[in-house]
Amino acid sequence: MLAASVPVATAQPPSTDTQETFGLGRAATTAEIEALDIDVRPDGWGLPPGRGNAADGAPVWERTCQVCHGPEGKGGTAAPVVGRAPNGRPPTVGNFWPYATTLYDYINRAMPRNAPGTLTPDQVYGVVAWILVRNEIIPNDAEMNAETLPQVVMPARAQFVPDDRRGGREVR
Amino acid sequence: MSRRTDSRVTQAKRGRLTRRDLLARAAGVVGAAATAPVAGQQSIGTTRRPGRGPNGLDQRSPFVTPRRDPSSTSSRTPLQDLRGTITPADLHFERHHGGVPEIDPGRYELLVHGMVDRPTVFTLADLQRFPATSRTCFLECSGNLRRGGPETLPQMVCGLTSQTEWTGVMLSALFAEVGADPNATWFLAEGQDAAVMTRSIPAEKAFDDAMVVYAQNGDALMPGNGYPARLLLPGWEGNASVKWLRRIELADQPFMTREETSKYTDPLGDGTVRQFSFVMDARSIITDPAYPRVIEPGWHEIRGLAWSGRGRITNVEVSVDGGNSWEQAALQGPVLPKAHVRFRHPWNWTGGPAEIMSRATDETGYVQPTWETLRAARGPNTRYHQNPITSWTITGGGRVLFGAERLQA
Repeated sequence: MLAASVPVATAQPPSTDTQETFGLGRAATTAEIEALDIDVRPDGWGLPPGRGNAADGAPVWERTCQVCHGPEGKGGTAAPVVGRAPNGRPPTVGNFWPYATTLYDYINRAMPRNAPGTLTPDQVYGVVAWILVRNEIIPNDAEMNAETLPQVVMPARAQFVPDDRRGGREVR
Repeated sequence: MSRRTDSRVTQAKRGRLTRRDLLARAAGVVGAAATAPVAGQQSIGTTRRPGRGPNGLDQRSPFVTPRRDPSSTSSRTPLQDLRGTITPADLHFERHHGGVPEIDPGRYELLVHGMVDRPTVFTLADLQRFPATSRTCFLECSGNLRRGGPETLPQMVCGLTSQTEWTGVMLSALFAEVGADPNATWFLAEGQDAAVMTRSIPAEKAFDDAMVVYAQNGDALMPGNGYPARLLLPGWEGNASVKWLRRIELADQPFMTREETSKYTDPLGDGTVRQFSFVMDARSIITDPAYPRVIEPGWHEIRGLAWSGRGRITNVEVSVDGGNSWEQAALQGPVLPKAHVRFRHPWNWTGGPAEIMSRATDETGYVQPTWETLRAARGPNTRYHQNPITSWTITGGGRVLFGAERLQA
């Protein structure tokens, strides 16, 4: 405990209870936010301009995807992306991906594995369309773009539920 | 038989260390290799010539060779070689999805934006100027169970858990600094690796105990664990503690990234898929005696680790008769929340076949389940969050083997 006679020489440091800040960091510019802000949400927020259908995506698939995923999207060294087997066995885009927007987000950020982030928006939209057509989720000629992709209803969507484990005696 | 010998046996089995290597090392110098040590004089040799002087970076004794067990996607902590609760940084498990990036700390930046008043870029030096907090907790991959055969090491059963004293800044402090919108309910955490790993995290975790950490056991983070800075979400599945953290975006909904939809989710027996199953349930494992040890009749101390993502471990029970009866093990304090705790239990093995197992209880009253109980609750298809009671069987000859049959069906 401080003795009452000790003068308080400095103000209290900022805390979450005050509106003060430490003044650390620098303001982010719009340009640098846009350079990094690549995420895409289920409502379509974050999808860039561009377009592609399955025919557009086919050559991209052949050139950059099928080496791991197989010519038909299954049977390759990577996990299958095409298939509608019940109960999500094996899990594929057709039976286990709840949101079509996740396809754009993931392919754009992390594929192809040996050169992630190198596909153009048109190429990504085309590959997304190719995968959705092969899974019989959209018509053969459907164009995927920032307006249409969020409207695609994935077969697995209704299966996903929030975690209901809460601790305690019951094992869930 | 000492644990150090176990490690040698393990290494020898993998072909990394031969018996001849061991003998040569034991003799100290090659020229002396032919001279058998005289009983009672083993300690004299090292007294007859000076040893090495101080050095700049110490290394383990050449007789001590713990190794992570790497696969193409992860490397597993050698639980059987460790005796405390802290995992040496170079033995902390690794799991990553696009390799380990090499990041220049002078060029590292963390962008915090989205539903904030002041989108801000923090350098590593900025992060280190905030009030620092240290937190000792476990970090466990939710895919941490491998059901091997009888010759399975603890490392292989569940070596995707490790414990560290992490140091960094509370995420709540960063949120205050940028003026987080109170209506933000989620934030996206994104890594700087080739997977550009992303997970959506409930904002309430930021105001509970989430951190951005830059130190591991007092030192800089190891590259495989996120150097120079990573997110740390105590008690939650390791994947969500995004490494090489480059961006945090606050929002009013989850982003539904691949790693929280088609991965790290749990298909249940009723046809639903459990999502955002962040918390690691209570668990334990006996790390000694365990395969590949061969034990002799007499007193042994059964030793292991227990932990829970929901708080403190309150009890660990040990059975030496395959679960027919249980006794309370001693817990080594301090028992920290969301942290590995050591349990120990004396056992006089009389020489017959036996099966030893442990069962953890946490402060919520959750009791680590059997494999059968887990399967009954979730069905056959879940791959993550499998925390069953595991066992080691002891043959009449003292061989300790993994109780693989407990995890079948």
